[in-house]
Amino acid sequence: MTTSTKSSRRRHRARKVLWDRIAYHGIGLGTACFFLAPFAVSFLASFRPNSESGSPPLPPWPRSTISFDAYQALDTFGAGIWQHMVNSLVVSLGTVVVTVAVSVMAGYGFSRYRFPFKNVLFVLIIATLMIPFQSILTPLFIILARLGLNNSLFGLMLVYVTLQLPFSVFMMRNAFDAVPKEIEEAARIDGVRDLQLLVRVLLPLVMPGVATVSIFAFLNAWNEFFAALVLLSSNDNFTLPVLMSAVRAGRLGAINWGAVQAGVAVMVVPCLFVFLLLQRYYMRGLMAGAVK
Amino acid sequence: MTTSGIQTTMSRRRPRRNPGWRGLLYIAPAMGLVTLFFVLPVLFTVWMSLHKWPLLGAPKWSGFGNYIRMFQDQRFFSALGFTAYYTIIVTIAIFAVAFPLAIFVEKQRPLVSAYRTVIFLPVVVGLASASLLWVWLANVDSGLFGPLFEMLGLTTGRLNLLAKFDTAFLTIVAMVVWKIAGFTMIILLTGLQAIPQELTEAARIDGARRWQRFRYLTLPLMRRTMALALILSVTGSILAFDQFYIMTSGGPQNKMISVVYYIFNQSFVSFNLGYGAALSIALLAILVAISVMQLWLLKVGDERP
Repeated sequence: MTTSTKSSRRRHRARKVLWDRIAYHGIGLGTACFFLAPFAVSFLASFRPNSESGSPPLPPWPRSTISFDAYQALDTFGAGIWQHMVNSLVVSLGTVVVTVAVSVMAGYGFSRYRFPFKNVLFVLIIATLMIPFQSILTPLFIILARLGLNNSLFGLMLVYVTLQLPFSVFMMRNAFDAVPKEIEEAARIDGVRDLQLLVRVLLPLVMPGVATVSIFAFLNAWNEFFAALVLLSSNDNFTLPVLMSAVRAGRLGAINWGAVQAGVAVMVVPCLFVFLLLQRYYMRGLMAGAVK
Repeated sequence: MTTSGIQTTMSRRRPRRNPGWRGLLYIAPAMGLVTLFFVLPVLFTVWMSLHKWPLLGAPKWSGFGNYIRMFQDQRFFSALGFTAYYTIIVTIAIFAVAFPLAIFVEKQRPLVSAYRTVIFLPVVVGLASASLLWVWLANVDSGLFGPLFEMLGLTTGRLNLLAKFDTAFLTIVAMVVWKIAGFTMIILLTGLQAIPQELTEAARIDGARRWQRFRYLTLPLMRRTMALALILSVTGSILAFDQFYIMTSGGPQNKMISVVYYIFNQSFVSFNLGYGAALSIALLAILVAISVMQLWLLKVGDERP
């Protein structure tokens, strides 16, 4: 008698757990679909031939044949898609390299040395976070012109590096703070000093911090639109987002939606790839920013 | 003997003092960039805002003329009003989506990290890319939403989402929620996970219902995290530009001009650089005020037990 009620209760509970699980994953998959679907629809639609690219994506995949018409159409805008991809890549990778170099040095300086106004200078760098760069673009435009860097990818890169500095210097200082001083002293006794010490001995130890700084620098520079729109004036120098805003504006009132889909794919795929590859370091940076 | 002893200690001490200057050397590149591309432009903005500054030709001193003009500029105030409206709606929408998501992905279960990753994916793509993607999805002829709603029988005839203010606004809010909710979710998740397990257990043993535990335990302990997420969402929304520029080009009847968009128009379309600088100072003041409030809010959160 008692055993049968017990077993029925157990069966009841097992069924409840099963239903819970089904409900949970039902909601989970539905949510995942909502967040994934726009990417999937656009990506699939970008392989439709010209004849289909103007019609609604119902269904999104190419119905007749897979074609690269959309990508070829995209290539007719501006100076060709390769040129603009190279522009974006040069700016983004340049931003990564310079940001890492500058912030590693600054992080090391702030972590290991004592000098006048140290705290004031550190707070000054961090405080730039409070000021939106959107509000200082006009003078930036003029200063860059005075330096002969108007409409130049190098100038744009320097601006991006500056925007990355508060976060990057903060990250790198914390990374160096976490390295025990004994390692440095041991290396010093062995006769390694200064830059050599920094590059040979300490840099490998702060690599996780460098990875975090790099991924944020890359994604922010690759995705940035407003500063690029204002600071770049000639067609040939446009980065991908600026090119795509021209594609979206259309020619003679007609918008080539195939080219838009292809452009979205070109802009989005590197971001997703970099993120999925280096997710751990990205999340570390996010947490550091959030906990701070 | 003694002097030489002093001298040796002096000379021994000198290399120790030197690193001070070496430290400055290490931070010099960072300081140079921040000075040249941040401190100088901020001061320059103040200076420009006191001038009538055309693109070509000499700037003319105008004192507070630009600021007086600003307070009489109806379009600037409607841009401010629209930005405030957008900020409030979008922040509420993001929280309404992100909070349940954070609770949903809080506990370790099979597949939960996959859900987290997928929900977070739109965060890493650019706002410009996301706007471009959604402006296509919302297009009346070639997009997804209009034809899909018609096919499902939700609308009679095809709905042009971007033609009217309300539907266009709704589309942009939906896009931003899709793009940002994952970010807010992760921030809130760190707060949720920081709540000690024992507290929730104790509350459960004391007979607190799920809603009561949420209301009287989770929410108060999340104050600091929520303040942070709130501030990030508010400051981000006030600076919104990409979505209005790319998706609606300022919207039906120019109703979707945000503050940054208006500054952009004044500075780089009409080339009233001085007036644009004055508007920038106003924007800067608003954001610094919010940042100060942020520090205060976070500190208030600290003082609570």
